[in-house]
Amino acid sequence: MHIVDGALSNPVVIGGAVAAVGGIAIGLRSLDLDRIPTAGVLSASFFVASLIHVPIGPSSVHLILNGLAGLLLGWAAFPALFVGLLLQAVFFGFGGLTVLGVNTVNIALPAVLAWMIFGGLIGRGSPVHGAIWGGIGGAFAIAATTGFVAISLALSGDEFLPAAKLVFFAHIPVMVIEAVLTGFAVLLARKVKPELFVKGASA
Amino acid sequence: MAHVLEPQAKTLAEAEQDAPYGLIADIDPRVRIVMACVFAVVTVALGSVPGLLAALSIAIGLLLLSRLPIRRTLKRMAMMDGFIIFMLVLMPFSMPGDVMFTVFGFPASWQGLWKAFEIALTANAVILTLMVLVGTMEPVTLGHALHRLRCPEVLVHLMMFTIRYIEVLREEYLRLRSAMKIRGFRPGTNWHTYRSFGYLVGMMMVRAIERSERILGAMKCRGFSGRLMLLQEFSMSRRDHVFAALLGAACIGLLIVDFA
Repeated sequence: MHIVDGALSNPVVIGGAVAAVGGIAIGLRSLDLDRIPTAGVLSASFFVASLIHVPIGPSSVHLILNGLAGLLLGWAAFPALFVGLLLQAVFFGFGGLTVLGVNTVNIALPAVLAWMIFGGLIGRGSPVHGAIWGGIGGAFAIAATTGFVAISLALSGDEFLPAAKLVFFAHIPVMVIEAVLTGFAVLLARKVKPELFVKGASA
Repeated sequence: MAHVLEPQAKTLAEAEQDAPYGLIADIDPRVRIVMACVFAVVTVALGSVPGLLAALSIAIGLLLLSRLPIRRTLKRMAMMDGFIIFMLVLMPFSMPGDVMFTVFGFPASWQGLWKAFEIALTANAVILTLMVLVGTMEPVTLGHALHRLRCPEVLVHLMMFTIRYIEVLREEYLRLRSAMKIRGFRPGTNWHTYRSFGYLVGMMMVRAIERSERILGAMKCRGFSGRLMLLQEFSMSRRDHVFAALLGAACIGLLIVDFA
C-alpha cells in the first residue's frame, strides 16, 4: 500500500503534500492539551496493531485499521497516521520521503471520511448495531485507501493502470478482514467502555 | 525501535553502540534531516539512469561512512523492494514501446523496463539515504530536531508520545498474545481467529485510552502546560557546514550529470 519515491508524477506528489499539510493542520487544531496523550498513545497502538499478521488461506495480511483510527480520533487521525508513516519510513525504510504527503492522504483521508460518515452511527443503538456500522466503516476506509492509491498511480501515467487495478483487487480480502476485525473491536469497545464512541462522535 | 519488526534485533543505531559510529553520528541532526530532504527532492527530479546510478552510489557511500551494519541495512531496503516488485514487474507490459519479448501474447517493452529500473533506483537511493542520515538518530533526538526546524509543537508532542509508547504497547500486545496462546489459540483462516483478533485489537485500544487518561492525570499533576522542554541544544560546527556543503555539491553534481 505504500507508494515509493520516484513512481508518481510531480503534480501528484506536490498535490499530495499540500493536501497532507492541510489535513494535518486541521487535525492539530482539534488536538487540545487534554487530547494530546490520547492521540499519541492511540497513534502508537495503531503502529503496533499494523504489525499484527492475520492469516488468510496460505498467506497472511497485516492490518491497517485506518477506519478504526478515524472512528476513534476524528480529524486527529491525520497527524496520528502521518507520524506512524514518518516513523516507518525513517526507521524501517517503508514507503518514501517525497511521497510521504501522498501516502498520508491515502491512508488518513479515508479514516476521516469513515469518521464523518459512520462516526455517529456506531455510538447509537445496541453494541451489535454499532459493531456492524463499525465493520462497514472499516471496509469503507480500506476500499477508499486502495481507491486513492489507484487514483494517485493512474494520475501519474497510464502505464500504472494495470498496477492500480491490481492493487484494488488484491485488497478485497483485506477489506473483508478489516471489516470483521473493526466490527469486533467496536463491539468489544462498546461493551467494555461504552462512553468511548459516544464521546468520540461528538469530538 | 526496529525490534518491533525483528524480535531480536535492536535499532540499527543501537546494535552498533559499542563501535563509535561513523562520521554521520557527529553531524548536527538538523543538518541531517534537511540534507536528507534535499537529496530526496533532487533524486526524484533526476530523469536519467546514469544520474540515478550516481545518486544510489552517493547513498551507498553515506552508508559506508555511517558504519551501520551493511547487510542488515540493505536487507531492510530490500524489504521495501518486496512491496513494489509487482508494480515494477507489470511496468514493461503496461508501457507501450519497442517490444522486448512477449509473454502469453502480452508484449513487454524496453521503455517500460527502463522506467521500472528508474523507479527502483530512485526509491532505493532515497530510502537508503533517509535511513542512514535520519534513521540513525535516537527517536527522541529526531523529535527535538524537528521542533528546532519549526515543526508545529503539537505535532512534535504527538510524535514523542508515539515513540515513547510504541514499545510499551508492543509489550502489552505480546502479553495479550501469550495469554491467548496459553489458552490454546492458534491463528488460522476461520471466524474464531478473526473474532479473537478483533477483540484483541479492541482490547488494545480500550487499554490504550485508559492508559492515556492515567498519563494525562500524571502530567497535569506535574504541571504540564503544553510546552516542550528540550533536553539538548544543537549547535552548528564547522564540520556540519562542511558536510552540508559537500552533500549539497554532490546534489548539484547529480543534476549536472542528469542534464549532460
